[in-house]
Amino acid sequence: MREIVVAGASVAGVGVADELRRLGYDGRLILLNAEPHPPYDRPPLSKGLLTGKTSADRVALRAPGHYADAGVDLRTGVAATRLSPGPELALTTGEVLRPDAVVIATGSRARRLDRTPGAVPTLRDLDDALWLRERLDGGARLVVIGGGFVGGEVAASARGLGLDVTMIEAAPLPLAGLVGTEAARALLRPHRDAGVRVLCGVPVTGVERSRDGTERVTLADGRTVTGDLVVAGLGAVPNTEWLAGSGLDIADGVVCDATGATALPGVYAAGDAAAWPDPRTGRHVRHEHWTRAREQAKAVAARVLGAAPPAPGPAYFWSDQYGRRIQSLGDTARADTVQVVHGRLGSDAWVALYARDGRLTGAVGYNAAAPLMRHRAAVAEGAPLPHTCAPLAS
Amino acid sequence: MRVVIDEEKCCGYAACISVAERVFAIDADNIAVPLIEHPEGELADQARAAAEACPTDAILILDEGA
Repeated sequence: MREIVVAGASVAGVGVADELRRLGYDGRLILLNAEPHPPYDRPPLSKGLLTGKTSADRVALRAPGHYADAGVDLRTGVAATRLSPGPELALTTGEVLRPDAVVIATGSRARRLDRTPGAVPTLRDLDDALWLRERLDGGARLVVIGGGFVGGEVAASARGLGLDVTMIEAAPLPLAGLVGTEAARALLRPHRDAGVRVLCGVPVTGVERSRDGTERVTLADGRTVTGDLVVAGLGAVPNTEWLAGSGLDIADGVVCDATGATALPGVYAAGDAAAWPDPRTGRHVRHEHWTRAREQAKAVAARVLGAAPPAPGPAYFWSDQYGRRIQSLGDTARADTVQVVHGRLGSDAWVALYARDGRLTGAVGYNAAAPLMRHRAAVAEGAPLPHTCAPLAS
Repeated sequence: MRVVIDEEKCCGYAACISVAERVFAIDADNIAVPLIEHPEGELADQARAAAEACPTDAILILDEGA
């Protein structure tokens, strides 16, 4: 193996490059970074960066000298434009590379909502966050379209800065499909308690920006919401269009096996752009979680070099809102039973376990990091319910 | 081996608890604290796994001696 190209300097892409080196790969290693910034971390963008708690120079994934030290040829501002069997990779610079292996880590982008004129601003990239931060000043009225985690964090950050905030959710209750009705109600409460106006069950039918800069959001029931600033948090779509015609199997993400190998020899995928099979169900799932991207990066790097890939842990993500942390482990969406094992839903700290067919599939914690994390092993192994976590010997 | 928490980096995600609950705890300020400063054997493996799992790279594993 003499040359490996990692397309995308996301948390997955940077993770692949680092892990390849850690495993002893000493050939040429090119890391394509489509963005103008050095590779950065996304979790702070909707949290500390918006409130000013985290400065823009603190979001870099690695120290500036890291890439040169690790022998990684980081090409900032360069993207891959076409992949052909071989593998052969065409770049925006006009260059064509013929490496031994390509790892696709091109990530995802925010789902767009059209408005007149243009598109509703979203929050996905560092530039989006910097743009939004400048406009989050205390007197403004913010309209957040989408009650998911990004929408919730933007609403919470903006409310904390004193803005008047309205959050609009098309479904009857935000996050209900993910965590169930009761937990979703408990997660919505802090928004209402903080004074956010929450409108549920009403899809947005149009967004218009008037000449004076005022944003007018029209809802399906005929109501309109007016604001100075509107942001959409409607999920993400994988950046896979550039792979059309490559021969890869592309559904919602690049279809891979359990170690990130694709249908094309020498081509692998990790992170938001990749759909790996779920070990329990076998269904191909595209994860957008930071820790999953990091795990897949390690597994892919091992696979590329012919080493044994580490076993994945349960899915994990977190969201910070109003100084409280929501954390989720495993799969909560398809559960048939929810059991609260710490605090109670709606209180200031709680943990709920999720099970399907009598076996633990996931858990959600609110403001209860340590109590939640004690159930991680039980979630990972699908322990039977009722599950009691042994008290810690101290 | 010595386990050190970078308190500037630690955000209290408790990922360390999930893989090494006998080595780490979360204190009242939501910051991880090592329960065992010099873990050995299986606990040392857990401490390494915790350093890997930490979303903010706040766990430093210092190998002492050689």
